[in-house]
Amino acid sequence: MRSIRAVREKPKAEKQRCEPAPSRLSYRYERLMLTPVFRFGVRIVLPFAVAALGTTIWFSDQDHRDQVNMAIDDLRTSIVERPEFLVKAMSIEGASPSVADDIREILPVDFPVSSFDLDIDAMKMTVDGLSPVKSSSLRVKPGGVLQVNVVERNPVILWRMNDGLHLVDAEGYVVAESTQRDLHPNLPIMAGEGADTQTTEALQLMQAAGPLRERMRGLVRVGERRWDLVLDRDQRIMLPEWGAVQALERVVALSQVQEMLQRDLSVVDMRLGDRPTIRIAKRSVEAWWRIRDIRVGQE
Amino acid sequence: MFELYQSQRAMRAMRKAAMQRGVVAVLDVGTSKIACLVLRFDGADHLSNLDGIGSLAGQSGFRVIGAASTKSRGVKFGEISAMQETERAIRTAVQAAQKMAQIRVDHVIACFSGAGPRSYGLDGRIDLQDNMVTEQDVASVLASCDVPAYGEGREVLHAHPVNFALDNRSGLADPRGQMGQQLACDMHMLTVDANVVANLAHCIKRCDLELAGIANSAYVSGLAALVEDELELGAACIDMGGGSTSLSIFMKKHMIYADSVRMGGDHVTGDISMALQVPTANAERIKTFYGGVHATGIDDREMIEVGGETGDWEHDRRTVSRAELIGIIRPRVEEILEEARSRLDAAGFEHLPSQKIVLTGAGSQIPGLDTLASRILGQQVRLGRPMRVHGLPQATTGPGFSAAVGMCLFATRPQDECWDFDLPVNNPRMKSIGRAVRWFKANW
Repeated sequence: MRSIRAVREKPKAEKQRCEPAPSRLSYRYERLMLTPVFRFGVRIVLPFAVAALGTTIWFSDQDHRDQVNMAIDDLRTSIVERPEFLVKAMSIEGASPSVADDIREILPVDFPVSSFDLDIDAMKMTVDGLSPVKSSSLRVKPGGVLQVNVVERNPVILWRMNDGLHLVDAEGYVVAESTQRDLHPNLPIMAGEGADTQTTEALQLMQAAGPLRERMRGLVRVGERRWDLVLDRDQRIMLPEWGAVQALERVVALSQVQEMLQRDLSVVDMRLGDRPTIRIAKRSVEAWWRIRDIRVGQE
Repeated sequence: MFELYQSQRAMRAMRKAAMQRGVVAVLDVGTSKIACLVLRFDGADHLSNLDGIGSLAGQSGFRVIGAASTKSRGVKFGEISAMQETERAIRTAVQAAQKMAQIRVDHVIACFSGAGPRSYGLDGRIDLQDNMVTEQDVASVLASCDVPAYGEGREVLHAHPVNFALDNRSGLADPRGQMGQQLACDMHMLTVDANVVANLAHCIKRCDLELAGIANSAYVSGLAALVEDELELGAACIDMGGGSTSLSIFMKKHMIYADSVRMGGDHVTGDISMALQVPTANAERIKTFYGGVHATGIDDREMIEVGGETGDWEHDRRTVSRAELIGIIRPRVEEILEEARSRLDAAGFEHLPSQKIVLTGAGSQIPGLDTLASRILGQQVRLGRPMRVHGLPQATTGPGFSAAVGMCLFATRPQDECWDFDLPVNNPRMKSIGRAVRWFKANW
């Protein structure tokens, strides 16, 4: 018998036959996602904002910050303290023993130390700051050795000041103090305030002095302005501010030809180039006066 | 309620705005399939600057970047009969095309074939106040056309000025700036059922799309399937669709007549389904695989598995010969073509200088149709495919997509419609000012 009531359930096949179509919601969603501004917002701005927000919230806790810092520290330590990076010794080349001792003293390194903890630049500055050191280079050699190459300053002249003798190199740097003149018999001597700033000229004058070398006592810087060349027998050559070397050469030439300096002069004044002046020693002047008087008396 | 005539100007403005923005979708709402193409406009046609290269009938300025078609639902005779279903189908097509184009489209130009299009030839005539024809004069001559009573519940879909005549010179395409005393114009007006258009507009609105234009599919498939000289010399385009066969007559690049026969490929399928007692899906499959209109000797021996899913073995294992199938298909196709012939005759197609008939639409793919059609429609019948446009996928270049491709051309090179001209000023004060201006012009 047939049922009078309509069939309640639809056959399954009919449901399947329904054509596929996007639902209104998915259609709108897809259109929204195809909107360029919105897509940019969803795909770039939103993830970035979420990540930034999350990070900020997480890091706002002090414990988390400490945790992260500790983790970074641990990681760094584990790398830094590998044996490959350890520096175990220091070797110094090109320095005299006393300078080497000084270098060891002022470099604050406790071996063994990791090469990451060495501030090579600062150490080089420190070593360069030592007065006897002209230049230096530092590097970590394979094998864990800190190599310090030093070029020392070479003292070329002695500088006598009120507080004692100083060793000065060609560039005018005071290398060291000296207790006795006798320890450095080969070095010439200079004096006067500001002499160290004109070391080069002083050396040129030494060179120019030539035959007067044996008689030379030293150079004196006068008024931080010009040089006086002091010879034995209290003779003094006063040189001009400019062209001192040429003036000295003239004096040397005169003395060679006229034996000027063998005479009893006390001062050769070359300060005015066109009017060189000599001062005869007092005793000779008096002698000359006496002789003149005698001669006058005879007449 | 959607007021078509009032919104035509707004839709034209929207279409221009969409072309300015660069993306517009065209939607062909057919009885058997809904096709959606997404067009991207490249702005100025760069090709036209080069010497010797024309603008390729206007389609060089755009490119198809998304194409999708889906089986149509809820459309009968080219008219929406179940709005929810149609809306779902439109959503499917639009979404797929958008996905392919990777861009969101907001403006859509739609075409449909049904709604009982009716053609009217109008003419108007004015005396020119000034001897030179101005845009105002064109507008007023278009407005002076005496509109027939096309009936309650119908709306004007197209109103193309087809021809202008100045004094005794006729056949002017653009009379502006020419001298004369009397301006006359012929206008072709196409009216459709207002409710059908309103349904379609509502359906598109429900899909969150803006309707930026609406066209009759007979018109647009003619634009796509006819070549330039056919458009110029006069030809008819018969678009054999699923639920209706629409026909349009073109002359001098203007549509002068459009009509539709409410029969199409679906009726052939229905005939097969009824005759062979098989489901519609099977009938459709048999039609597309084995269909034809000319039986030959070998067709008697070619047996076709009919299939079926009733569960009755005997019933499901039946076979028919291809000759029998052709015997089912042919009368219906003949009927469609004869109906089209009678519509063409009613329109006075035989008086045209050229009798070219172009068959297009998915229904025109039946093997042997051209021979059958030339017996009924006359010797100058050819099968037309839509013209090629940039970026159109291979799958959508078949004759079934004439209307969709024609929509692209319709969008890029729109024809002037009567509402594109400003309504003539009838204010008497403005008239007197105009007279004063004219007097100054004439005397200074």
